[in-house]
Amino acid sequence: MKVVAKQDSTPASAASRKLVSVLDLDGRADPEQDPRLELSLVKRIYEAMVRTHLIDARLMKLQRQGRIGFHVGCEGEEATVIASSAALREQDWIFPCYREVGGALYRGLPLQSYIDNMYGNSNDTAKGRQMPDHVTARSVHFASITAPIGTQITQAVGFAWAAKIKKQDLVTVTYFGDGATSSNDFHAGLNFAGVFQTPTLFLLRNNGWAISVPADHQTHSRCYADKGIAYGVPGVRCDGTDALAVYAVTRAALERAANGGGPTLIEFVSYRTGPHSSSDDPSAYRDTAETEEQAKRDPIKRLRRYLERQNAWSEADQTAVEERLQAELNACIERAEATAPPSIASMFEDVFEDMPAHLLEQQAECVNGPRTRKRH
Amino acid sequence: MTQMNMVSAVNDALRIAMQNDERVVLLGEDVGKLGGVFRATAGLHKEFGGDRVIDTPLSETGIIGTAIGMALNGLRPIPEIQFGDFIYPAVDQLINEAAKYRYRTGGDFVCPMVVRVPVGGGIRGGHYHSQTPETMFIHTAGLKVVCPSNPYDAKGLLLAAIRENDPVLFLEPKRVYRALKMDVPEGSYLVELSRAKVVREGEHVTLVAWGAMLLEAIAAAEEVKEQGIEAEVIDLRTLWPVDTETVVESVKKTGRMVIVHEAAKACGLGGEMVAQICEKAFTHLQAPPRRVTGWDTPFPYTLENEYLPLAHRIVPALTETARY
Ligand SMILES: Cc1ncc(C[n+]2csc(CCOP(=O)(O)OP(=O)(O)O)c2C)c(N)n1
Ligand SMILES: [Mg+2]
Repeated sequence: MKVVAKQDSTPASAASRKLVSVLDLDGRADPEQDPRLELSLVKRIYEAMVRTHLIDARLMKLQRQGRIGFHVGCEGEEATVIASSAALREQDWIFPCYREVGGALYRGLPLQSYIDNMYGNSNDTAKGRQMPDHVTARSVHFASITAPIGTQITQAVGFAWAAKIKKQDLVTVTYFGDGATSSNDFHAGLNFAGVFQTPTLFLLRNNGWAISVPADHQTHSRCYADKGIAYGVPGVRCDGTDALAVYAVTRAALERAANGGGPTLIEFVSYRTGPHSSSDDPSAYRDTAETEEQAKRDPIKRLRRYLERQNAWSEADQTAVEERLQAELNACIERAEATAPPSIASMFEDVFEDMPAHLLEQQAECVNGPRTRKRH
Repeated sequence: MTQMNMVSAVNDALRIAMQNDERVVLLGEDVGKLGGVFRATAGLHKEFGGDRVIDTPLSETGIIGTAIGMALNGLRPIPEIQFGDFIYPAVDQLINEAAKYRYRTGGDFVCPMVVRVPVGGGIRGGHYHSQTPETMFIHTAGLKVVCPSNPYDAKGLLLAAIRENDPVLFLEPKRVYRALKMDVPEGSYLVELSRAKVVREGEHVTLVAWGAMLLEAIAAAEEVKEQGIEAEVIDLRTLWPVDTETVVESVKKTGRMVIVHEAAKACGLGGEMVAQICEKAFTHLQAPPRRVTGWDTPFPYTLENEYLPLAHRIVPALTETARY
């Protein structure tokens, strides 16, 4: 797939590099850049973006109502997350940050499984041990979401390196934020990937902010994609709010990696239109004017306009999709709320393969001990 | 006197330290314009400017390593680690560097700095936002470790820690941050480091705790009172170097000890205190000393109130020890 860099149109950049983009703000595709994806694929990507958006809105509401403890979503970054995940092959693996659950859903993670995780109930695959949104989904090749910033990056390199040693045909992609480029693991990960030429894509979501720290305070590099240079890893800058560009750039890097061409660092320039998480209030540190300006790049609207221009989407389609998703969500939430918390005994499991004597003792002490009046 | 919670007490101490000593600088993730994710540094960026209240890139080793350099060059840095769970990338700088500078340079180089670290569970944070990593820092030589349980002590201990000429790890229990308000004096005052405090007198059993678990210990002590058991509650306040003497004196009186901590049981400070009591007050003991602690599992999410050594677990330990 050929991708040619185009004039930078984002405000986020005084950078040297060209920004790859396909769609303008009203969904017109640049004919020279248009990857000409099958409309059925574009629709699938679009529906998944809408789905992620609706799920985020609903989960935030549930958090405000005290029905779940926490939520971190990907508002404004739907194209970055979904279109890049869509570009992967089934055998490829994702080593996620915490905003990419939409990618797991796209790859077939049942919504119920995600919602059970949000409630930390006994059906949660992580057995209620992790905060909400810390999903693990082996069935869709989605490694465990971890909170410590950057740690997944080196792991993705190791997984791909093992695949190279085992002669497996797979690529790993790892997502992380602009803030994570300051972490130890970002640098170690790029360096190892460069030295050992592992089939790894570094998908950097530059959403403008690391909680309250703006992206231009995080680095003195001209742009984030430049950070590959020191490690001999090619860097690409792509409009992260443009689903078609995201798909095309990811797919090209993936094919290169799969064919022995080594790693790529892709900087997706987008914007976190929402708060960092349900715990955050951005009014303390950023202007609403900036958010309003950036909201014009709304990735969902742009892709919808593209589909409408092809006569491939209508208001009726939209309503049908939204109604279907809401009904599905309602059912999942109802079921998750009716599911019991994990058993107290389970708290002591999975520390080791076999439970050692000291944990057997503590498990018995806890299970048979006094109970708190606090709810779980 | 002003009514303050622990967050505002910490904030007040930082402001006073910055007003009185221009060598004091704050640095960390989101400590500037936002004022910290827990708002402990709120307003300070505005008051003292970006050169003294510094938003850093996202790197704990960067924060601690540069703070060491600042300290070596005469500043008094107060780095913040956003959550105790994220201190690990900085552990090399803390344990091998900050903690060892004085010793390995024959006392020539010192690292006076106070590393502020929100710790502990009970806020629905799961494994990555609930840990209490005190043990490893107590275990390594060269770091002082402080953990207040209330706003008054938080302010006085923090101001005292800033005067220390050695690195201090200042652990702030998140669960207490906004849990209670109390009268806190305006202006500067000090609460001496390495001095435990008897916060409730009693003759039947000594109950040792600190940080967020002190409130649980007091609740448990009140509960067993109905059964005629008077617990003497000691707030350690400084975990290292620890005030063994106050605990030994109490155990000599009661002959019994229960120690509570949120950190996991294995090799925790509870084990160290039990050993010290056995070494220094063995003949006074009338019951085996008991530990009520976090389990030796990672910190869970949904079942966090089963993990924490809350009052419901302290009460039976107290009654059994008292009636042994
Ligand atoms: C090692 C570590 N330090 C601090 C934190 C607290 N923290 C959580 S998210 C975050 C900002 C991350 O920003 P970025 O990498 O840009 O990702 P974004 O949230 O913008 O997607 C911080 C500081 C953490 N999770 N891990
Ligand atoms: Mg970011």
